[in-house]
Amino acid sequence: MMSAVALQMSCVAALLAVAVLSIVLSRSRNAAALIYGMTMAICVVATAVAMNWLIRGVPETSALVLPVGLPWLGAHFRLDHLASFFLVVVNFGGAAASLYGLGYGHHETEPHRVLPFFPAFLAGMNLVILADDAFSFLLCWEFMSLASWALVLAHHREAGNAAAGYVYLVMASFGTLALLLAFGLLAGPAGDYGFAAIRATQHAPGAIGLVLILMLLGAGSKAGLVPLHVWLPLAHPAAPSHVSALMSGVMTKVAIYGFIRVVFDLLGQPTWWMSVIVLFLGAVTAVMGILYAMMEQDLKRLLAYSTIENVGVIFVGLGLALAFQANGFRLAAALALTAALFHVLNHSLFKSLLFFGAGAVLTSTGERNMDKLGGLIHRMPKTSFAMLVGCVAISALPPFNGFVSEWLMFQAVLQSPDLPQWALKIMVPAVGAALALAAALAAACFVKAYGIAFLGRPRSAPAEAAGEVDRYSLTAMFVLAALCLFAGILPGLVIDALSPVTIDILGGRMPVQANEAWLSIVPIADSRSSYNGLLVMVFIAICASSAAFFIHRFASRALRRGPAWGCGFSDPVPAAQYSGESFAQPIRRVFGTLAFHARDHVAMPPPGDTRPARLRIELHDLVWERGYRPIAEAVGFSAGWLNRLQFLTIRRYLSLVFATLVTLLLVLAIWS
Amino acid sequence: MVVISDIMIQGAQMLLVLLLAPLLTGFVRKIKARLVRREGASVFQPYRDLLRLMRKEVVLADNASWLFRVTPYVTFAAIWVAAALVPTFATGLLFNWTADLIAIVALLGSARFFLALAGMDVGTSFGGIGSSREVMIAALAEPAMLLMVFCLALVAGSTQLSTVANVLASSYVGLRVSLGMALIALIMVALAENGRIPIDNPATHLELTMVHEAMVLEYSGRHLAMIEFGAFLKLLLYISLIACVFMPWKIAVFGSGPVAYAIDTGAYIVKLAVAGFLLALFETATAKMRVFRIPQFLGAALMLGLLGTLLLFVSRSF
Repeated sequence: MMSAVALQMSCVAALLAVAVLSIVLSRSRNAAALIYGMTMAICVVATAVAMNWLIRGVPETSALVLPVGLPWLGAHFRLDHLASFFLVVVNFGGAAASLYGLGYGHHETEPHRVLPFFPAFLAGMNLVILADDAFSFLLCWEFMSLASWALVLAHHREAGNAAAGYVYLVMASFGTLALLLAFGLLAGPAGDYGFAAIRATQHAPGAIGLVLILMLLGAGSKAGLVPLHVWLPLAHPAAPSHVSALMSGVMTKVAIYGFIRVVFDLLGQPTWWMSVIVLFLGAVTAVMGILYAMMEQDLKRLLAYSTIENVGVIFVGLGLALAFQANGFRLAAALALTAALFHVLNHSLFKSLLFFGAGAVLTSTGERNMDKLGGLIHRMPKTSFAMLVGCVAISALPPFNGFVSEWLMFQAVLQSPDLPQWALKIMVPAVGAALALAAALAAACFVKAYGIAFLGRPRSAPAEAAGEVDRYSLTAMFVLAALCLFAGILPGLVIDALSPVTIDILGGRMPVQANEAWLSIVPIADSRSSYNGLLVMVFIAICASSAAFFIHRFASRALRRGPAWGCGFSDPVPAAQYSGESFAQPIRRVFGTLAFHARDHVAMPPPGDTRPARLRIELHDLVWERGYRPIAEAVGFSAGWLNRLQFLTIRRYLSLVFATLVTLLLVLAIWS
Repeated sequence: MVVISDIMIQGAQMLLVLLLAPLLTGFVRKIKARLVRREGASVFQPYRDLLRLMRKEVVLADNASWLFRVTPYVTFAAIWVAAALVPTFATGLLFNWTADLIAIVALLGSARFFLALAGMDVGTSFGGIGSSREVMIAALAEPAMLLMVFCLALVAGSTQLSTVANVLASSYVGLRVSLGMALIALIMVALAENGRIPIDNPATHLELTMVHEAMVLEYSGRHLAMIEFGAFLKLLLYISLIACVFMPWKIAVFGSGPVAYAIDTGAYIVKLAVAGFLLALFETATAKMRVFRIPQFLGAALMLGLLGTLLLFVSRSF
């Protein structure tokens, strides 16, 4: 019998073998079906192994050392409960994306640009989670980044994609640099890069602070924390839709795994001020992410911005867990961490679903711009239904899963008045308000996304001619939609499955939910709050169907179709409908003037002039304009200046070398 | 046997809110009419309106989808379930433990989500304008409401409404600054959520200032009846919420017998009448505000909620 980690590693090896195989096969016709089928099978096996390990919950780990990597270290791999939870997320996401790819992949014009990198990307993510020393972790992290970069550039000829790939590469390198420095600090002067050794070391307070900042830079840039998020809305939508789903739904979670592994596991007991930074960044990210999404008209970019919001929500949960753990409130810390991990799972489910839906729309109409869509609920009824489930779930509405993690998060906020630090006392209610604002804005944003793209009348010819997508894509979407509902009505199962993780890294757990009557969930043993998603759903179903039954039976069931009423002003042109920009107008007026310096410019022709009036909306991405553009300009300027060094005479080069030598010797002399 | 009687009492509560909701709206309308020296329609007019609408045929726009037809029932059911979970004459009913105050807020959010989608389904400008303004108001009202929930939860140690009502009814809570702020915040949110003056005018038609009425413009017949009924129920829900939290007197503890239930049902109706009268008085005395003044109004509610919560974070005794 192989150990669990060996099984996981063989799955990774199989994924890499599939990647190699696809290079060989990529020109043949049935390659896509074969590759995606094999990837799916491997991912299903890996999910099952990881899930088995998680649910059994035995307090042991399974480790493996391979004789590669640094010669004195080897490559360490290890499976514990935290890793197995994230492996479930990654591999389940991978299986769903492969299933979707079975159908979606047929529309790929250049499959050889996607097929080899898809399994390699999955293998990279698996390896990051399994890695148990800093060197393997960084190497696998880079492998994951590069594989996803190649996938972002799969359609490199489309406008903007090359730039997206470039920005992604720069940000990924920056992130890895930060991680490299963080691990350098963790390993200390002795230079022991194994996680076990790092965990055993007592770190200096200054080093802990620096490592936290570096992790926020490194893992945060990969996860999409504001202001490091700029690459994400460019790169995620540029990839093919099933890869977008993996990047948004799964790769951001790998970054969050990295953060948890280092900050909760390797650094040891946290101090309270760490949580202040994490909470602040999380809250800002949640609100800004969803405001960006609200302003967006491109369906896939809207989803990418909404990923940023969800990452913010997860970081708020992690920040709360740090605050409670620093003060020794183990139960509350376990509640906050469970909420964060539950949201990790939820987001991977509904964001994959939504990206699959956006991909289906893209295949069927060739459009990502919502203002060119509309009325798809009539032409793509099944996709529309699955998308509706995803939109309700991500808007944190009961009885779906998004609400449960949001609810747990609020319950964690309510545990915080006992915290002794004043900064936290004042900050946590404000963070709670920010979470509520983000949730309400998310609902507004997805009303907009669904209402403009799927409801109303078609705004373009492709939207009018759209048809339903293939059955593999539909199956993938419906499986995810069913899981969104399942995790929403039976959250106790998920919470209980997460308890070994919180016991491992915090030493506490939430109350055993399986013991609760009627499958309710309770956040803290002594608190008297409870929520029961199953009963809420049953009640709504009973009330709605009984109301419908009574009215149809005893009152009237007559129905007549006619032209839309619209107060008698029928507007025959579909372009006269509300568009995405007009839908966002009230929220743009309320929040946008501050966040985006939004201005509406109306060009009204004078009376008698027959030209149409024009409305132009001015939006500024302040993070990009105030933060990144100056840096880019400074880099460009200094590069241009240094460029002169390239064209010197040999005399000048020699004198430069001489001057450098003298300077170095002088420095050395003064130093010692 | 016990379970059956529990279910009966819960069912009685659900029917009670269903029966009283149109009466409350009729009562508010009557008072408003009397305050401006009009005779006004009978307090039973909303029942007649509902019955008439239910018997009429539905005229559906040509391109309306299934979502448009399902939404009235879904929103009605979500609001009804939420209303059934708010204690009226008794606390601790059988299903009160299914959902807490946060879930009730979210259930109302679900109802609004579907209604806003339905507003965009036919593809007329009126629906779009109503939906976009409705979600804007919701985006501002929901955080204020949740801060109010935090405030209550910190005082009561629970987000479960029955527990909150029992704790607040006990004598040791007394008058508190934070609860006063929460009450004002809740009233402001309730005005906004129910589309009352000064946020929206439930009596207008065909004005660009309207929000809720524009959103449901395409509905007719039994669908419209369900949506109107939902709106009545929502008003009742918010007033019951204010009553059970801030006027927690004469709410029977679970299992206190039919006589107590009957007395407290009477008390509940009196509370509704008082709150309805105050609402009518307030609406007659104020004017509707411009749409883009609403953020300031709801921002004030948010700040009050935040201030109340912060006070409680500072000390539990505020």
